[in-house]
Amino acid sequence: MTLRNEKVLETMTEQHSDVEDIKIKSNYLRGTLVETFADSLTASIPEEDNRLMKFHGSYMQDDRDLRLERQKQKLEPAYQFMIRVRAAGGVVTPEQYIAMDEIAHQYGNKTLRLTTRQAFQLYGIVKWDMKKTMQAINDTLLSTLAACGDVNRNVMCNPNPYQSNVHEEVYKWAEKISKHLEPQTNAYHEIWLDGKKVVDQQTNEEHEEPIYKDIYLPRKFKIGIAVPPSNDVDVFSQDIGLIAIIEKGKFVGFNVAVGGGMGMTHGDEHTYPQIGRIIGFCPPEKTVDVAEKLVTIQRDFGNRSIRKYARFKYTIDARGIDWLKETLHERLGYELSAPRDFHFDHNGDRYGWVKGSNGKWHMTIFIQNGRIKDTDQYLLMTGLREIAKVHTGDFRLTPNQNLIIGNVTEEKKEQIDRLLSIYNISKGENASALRRNSIACVAFPTCGLAMAESERYLPSLIDKIELLLEEAGLEEQEITIRMSGCPNGCSRAALAEIGFIGKAPGKYNLHLGGSFNGDRLSVMYKENIDEEEILASLQPIINHYAKEKLDNENFGDFVVREGYVPAVYNGLQFHENR
Amino acid sequence: MQLQVRNSPFSEEEVQLLNQLLGKLTGTQRVWLSGYLTAEIVSDMGATQQEPAHMLQEVQVTETKEITVLYGTQTGNAQSLAETFTEQLLGNGLKVNAICMNEFKARDIKKLSHVLIIISTHGEGDPPDNAIEFCDFIHSKRAPKLNDLHYSVLALGDSSYEQFCLTGKQIDERLEALGATRIADRIDCDVDFDEDAENWFTSVSSELQELTTTSTKNIANTTNENKVTSLYSRTNPFEAEVLENINLNGRGSNKETRHIELSIEDANLKFEPGDSIGIYPENDPQLVEQLITSFGWEKDQEITIKDHTWTVENALKHHYEITRLTKPILEKIASTFQHEKLTTLLQDEQKNTLMEYIENHDLLDLVEDYSLQNVSPDELLPLLRKIPARLYSVASSYRANPDEVHLTVGVVRYHAGERDRNGVCSVQLSERIEPGDKVKIYVHKNDYFRLPEDDQVPIIMIGPGTGIAPFRSFMEEREEIEAKGKSWLFFGDQHYRTDFLYQIEWQRWIKQGVLTKLDLAFSRDQEEKVYVQHKMWEEKALFYQWLEEGAIIYVCGDEKSMAKDVHDTILRIIQEEGNKSEEEATAYLKTMQQQKRYQRDVY
Repeated sequence: MTLRNEKVLETMTEQHSDVEDIKIKSNYLRGTLVETFADSLTASIPEEDNRLMKFHGSYMQDDRDLRLERQKQKLEPAYQFMIRVRAAGGVVTPEQYIAMDEIAHQYGNKTLRLTTRQAFQLYGIVKWDMKKTMQAINDTLLSTLAACGDVNRNVMCNPNPYQSNVHEEVYKWAEKISKHLEPQTNAYHEIWLDGKKVVDQQTNEEHEEPIYKDIYLPRKFKIGIAVPPSNDVDVFSQDIGLIAIIEKGKFVGFNVAVGGGMGMTHGDEHTYPQIGRIIGFCPPEKTVDVAEKLVTIQRDFGNRSIRKYARFKYTIDARGIDWLKETLHERLGYELSAPRDFHFDHNGDRYGWVKGSNGKWHMTIFIQNGRIKDTDQYLLMTGLREIAKVHTGDFRLTPNQNLIIGNVTEEKKEQIDRLLSIYNISKGENASALRRNSIACVAFPTCGLAMAESERYLPSLIDKIELLLEEAGLEEQEITIRMSGCPNGCSRAALAEIGFIGKAPGKYNLHLGGSFNGDRLSVMYKENIDEEEILASLQPIINHYAKEKLDNENFGDFVVREGYVPAVYNGLQFHENR
Repeated sequence: MQLQVRNSPFSEEEVQLLNQLLGKLTGTQRVWLSGYLTAEIVSDMGATQQEPAHMLQEVQVTETKEITVLYGTQTGNAQSLAETFTEQLLGNGLKVNAICMNEFKARDIKKLSHVLIIISTHGEGDPPDNAIEFCDFIHSKRAPKLNDLHYSVLALGDSSYEQFCLTGKQIDERLEALGATRIADRIDCDVDFDEDAENWFTSVSSELQELTTTSTKNIANTTNENKVTSLYSRTNPFEAEVLENINLNGRGSNKETRHIELSIEDANLKFEPGDSIGIYPENDPQLVEQLITSFGWEKDQEITIKDHTWTVENALKHHYEITRLTKPILEKIASTFQHEKLTTLLQDEQKNTLMEYIENHDLLDLVEDYSLQNVSPDELLPLLRKIPARLYSVASSYRANPDEVHLTVGVVRYHAGERDRNGVCSVQLSERIEPGDKVKIYVHKNDYFRLPEDDQVPIIMIGPGTGIAPFRSFMEEREEIEAKGKSWLFFGDQHYRTDFLYQIEWQRWIKQGVLTKLDLAFSRDQEEKVYVQHKMWEEKALFYQWLEEGAIIYVCGDEKSMAKDVHDTILRIIQEEGNKSEEEATAYLKTMQQQKRYQRDVY
């Protein structure tokens, strides 16, 4: 039986969504941003411009904690901007790291957020400081262009500290793809960097945006590269997932998976998280070409009428994977070869020092929910800044929101170790196995989409689940646990062994059954429950698992084997458990 | 009623025609006609801006009223006293005319025989805005000999300022020097002026009794047309229920500004944009308790002062001012208690020490610093000033919302003399008043801060901080009456995010076009300090263009720095954009002031 998502084709009409309209009329992402940022009577920008802002790497937000209070005070919401800073594969220099820290202190809310897509997020920047902030970021040779918006986003790459030589090679491809799929419009330079308007060239669409045209993509587009046995990038959650194939210690090319994606909409069963499907193998030198052609297929066939059906996964599920392969081969002029063998063990991070094959040292430190900040008890931000000042290698943001101090020389290792202990920075040893494998998205108070708490709540929920695990004697058991404040799925909760998707303040859908290596979806076990019910639901399963788990059997595999939830490898079956 | 040539400005022929017609008219028709003619005259006056003011003065002066009550007023107290006294004198059968100094041609003073002057003093001994010109003239070399003039001065002021009642004192001395005869001694009134003003009036009116004439036909020409018909007044305040009390400043602000909504339903209190509300505050109970402990008094002890019997606690809480010291109070205490140390402080050579002490200390400090622990409440309390009402500009429009009045109150807290000190009324509103509670209020008219009758006239409003209050009232009013003229607001404060008072309302008004232009200055959002006057300067061409189109400038807020800087900037704009010399620019602004096109409510 071939499953199809008929709804996607049915809803494709001549009538495009208003966002499509905004894009086309924006003159390659310019819109009226210059004018609206000059308006001193409000700290906000109009919705149309906010849509375009995303392409420039920023969202307007407001402090939702203060929304009602300020309304009563006859004040507009506390509008502010979040800026996402892109770095392919999450690799930055110590100088760039220090610059991020300084910008967060000068213009932001004095915190940095490492994202699940290996980017930095800065919060709390007010309208009047946006231009200065954007310039400061670009001065460090980082960029925010295309960090959000209907384009290819930050290209993820396994920050593999073990096989340094392979990482270096694979990472090069992440950079190349990223560069190739960057929007070409000059708008970013004009608006933020006082770049000159290049008048003559702009009459020609081919010049302005050869890949995206003036319509850009129907939705966001995500690419990630995994290096087995680690699936830390959650390669099956990507629109294009590339799995590096290493044969006899050498990198030979990529298996290509397509049509993964996490987002869905509550109450609409035609939306669902989906697992990427492998369509073949391509040698390294063809990678950029394959990526470009896949992007153009999505550009030409994606649903532009209904945004919630516009992701690449729906474009494919509407027509079938064979259609995609055919269309791709047609556009490439050649065929992908058969996929090669690979094996994934896990999708979490391994903490502490490891020595890479290049003889340099790499330290993975645990950063709860990716938030770097100072508190009275924990001077994490200061500590990392002090390390960055002496560090000569690089920093790598992991897809699990942690940080790797990479390429440390033998001589520097001791100094960095000293700083780590002075500031008591966690190498994961103080956190439980569950906590080390946790991810929460940002949610309240800044994220406009949040329906329930996430970053501010998951740590305390983990405290309570830890007690259940301890009682069951499972405190050493690694289990992935992820929470998203809404069904858009930034924390990739639909791939976790225990996943929470926010429904309303204090209420979550509890998902179970994801695999430890990220190749199977977790499906809803209980709907719309509060903390008490969450704990009451988990306790018997945890106790059951403690008693009857097989050797080395992971929690996700156990709940599937025991029939708590079905094993779902295809998003089209995601809602069948209901 | 029979018109004659000698009791009217008409010719023989006109008199005949009019008498023919008037004889046939019914009462209703006459009333209608009088209204019709008045309206026509008023609109004619509007059309020829400058002229009517002069004509009006000419008419009034040539009528040679026998007694002229001349007043200069900033907050309206002098005006309301002038009006009250005028009515009483009229009742006594005297010919009286009350007139504001800026509507009076100063050199005509030599034509008068009797003048009563009621004048307040502001800031560092300055006359009110509408008295500046009169004072300049009187004190200049051009001032005429006034040998035929009889006069008396009632001076209003606040004895916590060093130059207490200076303007009144100066006028009093000057008139004497010019040869005029003082019919009753000047009285200097403090903020609790009722009793002193009454005393002055009693002595003045007995002197004036001789002038009683048989003629009772005169009708006083007072400027206040909208007489409040409510039962409630300053001396009989209304107890208004608090409907809303919120802090307008967002979290993280250095400021606290209360938005207070009061119910005046059924009180029949009418007010206009520009008016103020007086609130009788209550002293901080904690401070009262400390005082009682410090004096060693019993809080329930009953005392009787001038027919009133209160407990000590009540007297201190509701009737006396305990947060400010003044030189007269210290003098009275020094002499009543033969206080040597205090007498020393009051000597001339200690002047600076005294001023510093008064500035930074209150009654509690005085008790402790000058060992007043043994004095009795019956002796001490009568020496204090009565607690004065605090005035706050109304921030709402009666037309838009007749059952409520809104206020914008900046909360005053500061540290001085090693203690934290609180503004009496503002901190009471901030900390001890909740919705449902009641406060005693009255309407305080201010005819010198008024929207133009012609709603087509453009207005420029400059009101940083709590100076925004009357302009919210202006906007509500203009929205309600669908005013057609342009309007422009300059607002400023420390931070955009937390201190943009009434932000969403201004955003709505500008969106809907009720407000034409809005310029904002937030002083602490960037390294260099930016204030409203800088924004005015940035827009100087347009600003001057509006002035040339007849715009009225309103300034409300801090007097010491803001109002002065704004004034200087307006002068610079007129100079630069109008290609004028400094003198010409000053004259230009002066003319605007005479035309009531430059109005200030500063404090």
